[in-house]
Amino acid sequence: MEQLMQVSLGAMFFLYLLSAIAFVMAVTGKGSRVGKEVHTRRWGRRGIILALIGIISNIIFIASRLMIGGHFTSNMFEFTSFLAFAIAVAFVVIFFIYRAISMGAFAMPLVVILLAYAINFPTEVEPLIPALQSYWLHIHVTTAALGEGALSVGFVAGLVYLIRWVGEDHSTRTAAWLEVVMAVILMFVGFVAASFTFGALDYQVTYKHVVDGQLMAQEYDMPPIAGPFDGELLESQTPFGWTQPFFEVPEWMKGENAASKFNSVLWSIIAGLILYGLLRLLFRKRVYEMLYPVVRKMNLENVDEVSYRAIAIGYPIFTLGALVFAMIWAHEAWGRFWGWDPKETWALITWLYYSAYLHFRLSRGWHGLKSAWMAVGGFLIIMINLIVVNFVFAGLHSYA
Amino acid sequence: MENTKCECGHNNPVGTALCEYCGKPLDEGGQKNRPLEMRYEGKARRSQTRTTSLVDRVWRFFSSVKVAVWLIVITLLLAVPGTFLPQENMVARPEVFYAQEYGAFGDLYYRLGLSNVYESPLFIALLSMIGISLVVCSLDRVIPLYKALKNQQTTKNIQFIQRQRVSCSQPMTEAEKSVMLDRLAEKLSRKRYRVSREGDSILAEKGRFSRWGPYINHIGLILFLLGVLLRFLVPGWYLDETVSIREGEVKKLPGVDYYLKNEQAKVEFYDQDEMPEGSEQSMVKEWKTEAVLYEKDPQTDKLQKVNEGSIVVNHPMKYGDLLLYQADFNTVTDAIVLDVKDKKTKETVGNFKVDLNNPQEKYRLDNGVEINILNYFPDFVMEGNQPTTKSENPNRPAFVFAVDSPKLDKPERSWLISGTDLDGIHQNNRYEIDLKNLETVHVSGLMVRIDKSLPIIFIGAGISVIGLAMGFFWYHRRVWLRWKEGTLYLGAHTNKNWFGLRRELEQVTEEADMPLQFTPQQK
Repeated sequence: MEQLMQVSLGAMFFLYLLSAIAFVMAVTGKGSRVGKEVHTRRWGRRGIILALIGIISNIIFIASRLMIGGHFTSNMFEFTSFLAFAIAVAFVVIFFIYRAISMGAFAMPLVVILLAYAINFPTEVEPLIPALQSYWLHIHVTTAALGEGALSVGFVAGLVYLIRWVGEDHSTRTAAWLEVVMAVILMFVGFVAASFTFGALDYQVTYKHVVDGQLMAQEYDMPPIAGPFDGELLESQTPFGWTQPFFEVPEWMKGENAASKFNSVLWSIIAGLILYGLLRLLFRKRVYEMLYPVVRKMNLENVDEVSYRAIAIGYPIFTLGALVFAMIWAHEAWGRFWGWDPKETWALITWLYYSAYLHFRLSRGWHGLKSAWMAVGGFLIIMINLIVVNFVFAGLHSYA
Repeated sequence: MENTKCECGHNNPVGTALCEYCGKPLDEGGQKNRPLEMRYEGKARRSQTRTTSLVDRVWRFFSSVKVAVWLIVITLLLAVPGTFLPQENMVARPEVFYAQEYGAFGDLYYRLGLSNVYESPLFIALLSMIGISLVVCSLDRVIPLYKALKNQQTTKNIQFIQRQRVSCSQPMTEAEKSVMLDRLAEKLSRKRYRVSREGDSILAEKGRFSRWGPYINHIGLILFLLGVLLRFLVPGWYLDETVSIREGEVKKLPGVDYYLKNEQAKVEFYDQDEMPEGSEQSMVKEWKTEAVLYEKDPQTDKLQKVNEGSIVVNHPMKYGDLLLYQADFNTVTDAIVLDVKDKKTKETVGNFKVDLNNPQEKYRLDNGVEINILNYFPDFVMEGNQPTTKSENPNRPAFVFAVDSPKLDKPERSWLISGTDLDGIHQNNRYEIDLKNLETVHVSGLMVRIDKSLPIIFIGAGISVIGLAMGFFWYHRRVWLRWKEGTLYLGAHTNKNWFGLRRELEQVTEEADMPLQFTPQQK
């Protein structure tokens, strides 16, 4: 069973990756032999079939994990990989409604990046702490994630809209901000790339330092640019010798592993900027300009509709999962249906945000560009709730 | 009231955008080519027709979706900083906690009231205003919308049809027209449209109930907020207390007339083989309290058992409206056993057990040795030069004993402070008191809750989700057809999913042998 789980995890990762590649091929390839249209249709079909097989292996993965540990949504790896699954499912649904092949060239890479990010966290099956031992764990987390998956597809469509829109008119503020969004996405990719690289090299150093009079050890999985305040090298395991930080974090950064997390953020920014620089050097174009050919054929009004539709599907599911089921469970587990825990509050913030989106759109006529930007902002909030809230704000939900 | 008369002869109230009867656009400056604004069917709403009195102005303010969205946005922005640091209900002494833990930033955070932002008057005012806005916005819109959809006319003004976002016209002779209208009507009803016909006009409609989705959602939200409000307003509807009960102890529960006995408190850890390989930490599998709930008989003052069972995380004990949750688990020292040694003979005289929660005044040992407790500090601390106790919990018990025995002229004083070596000050004593062992006991921390508004809150949430599903998973589609003077006009409207509407119309027209293209041409 353990083996089946590992194999299906690997399989789904590569299938999603191949699906992403197929979708990119579909929209970029010239198809000189068979003609552009046949080429796009053929590779689009390959892409969706690969995505479907990927989803099947993902289901096998979830099922085997369920059989081993009885749960599949309790820690950072499990939740993030499930969110990747939810995005894949939501994309497939939207694909079959709209046959939007170009969307696949953005949605499937997002699935791959998120899954790669998930694999960075410990993947072992851990038993559940008492607070999580409830059937509501599955009901609440899966519905919340499926809702977020659909909302994320709304973000992908919003991004496509922006690239398509800006592609016709470069000299705007929208173009500049879109390029910033691209750079931020590359930083996310940069984090995944950096932690895979250093993970493969087996890099690890440990520092000891004193926090509030207590001696603490802090592990670094990436070479220290910023070290802990007043830290001292405890042990190191490195193939290239880099064990001394360039500078130390200020004293107030004393939360659990705060310095190490801050160091990872620095690496993400650096790796992202390197990636960005390389792309710019290689193609001599802005990133959104590189992506423009992928979306050139898309109709703006349709993309706007896809984005709205995905959000309209995701919003009720998110409400049900992330708020209603969450409240019922919170009432059973903690004796109150609402406690302003950071995760809860950010779920509410997400919900209020999309409520504002819907009202702006339905009553104030915010279609097109404004709507697309709001879809991008919504995904940012979802990511804040996934990453920042878990690692920075302490609360009952910090399970990673 | 002033009226706006349409060319069809219908009198419309001021503020009407589309004639209530025929749909002809009324009075719009210079926007003749854009698709029609179809919101609320172009009906005049109360907020637009009555604007004089104070009530009207307040109504107008809260009926504005613009105001509603800004209320939502401000609430959202205010909610963000509240997540940066733990809120006051999570910390012990807020007045010092924030400055101590987070320095100047923490101090500022506390002073700005961000440490308790969700209970601040501003936040509560915002939520209340959203509540009012929900009621007013909904009433202002749902009534005209309901009237308009109920009194729809089949025959619409040609302009109305032509200026729909999806529209098309086709030249058609009078001979062809009735066959074609029949065929289109049949194909549309096959797509589950309700079709009504009037002369050369057709109105086909489906999924009207999805239009009520947003309003049902809002009713659910109003109910939800009302439930939250009621728990604060109605005495006895809400109780939020905590209680710690030792194993074996019977204690009155705070805020209610029930007593609870903690029969047993248990903690269970995962076995090594249940943990992932290589993991060294131990992990709690279960916290559990076996408890018996009693009620005091008012006549006899005796406790009567009303419920018993286990309280586990995620499985509270329920009795009527009362809910008891497992929230905390501690192991504390409950009694100490002390040895008394005669330093001269080097013999142990005997030992005695002190119940830390209820010590006796005097303990008699063999050979006439007597121990008196002169003073007891359950939670010992020095305040200046004075020994005192921080609390009634035996966290750091300290005693002053007087030891008397036939072998002594007068009783000796002896100090005992847990965790402190005091041999120095007892040098001249004949008897020595030493700790032999500790007896520990488990303490369950329980939450005592009553929340009578929960049914309202959850029913409200449920209604809200049903409304959302109705509004977002179904669509209201309408198709108007009219033949006039050699041309067949087709116009269609939906509240969402235009793509699906266009595709459906393409299918319908193709099946009726009149293929039309509705999809905007790709550039």
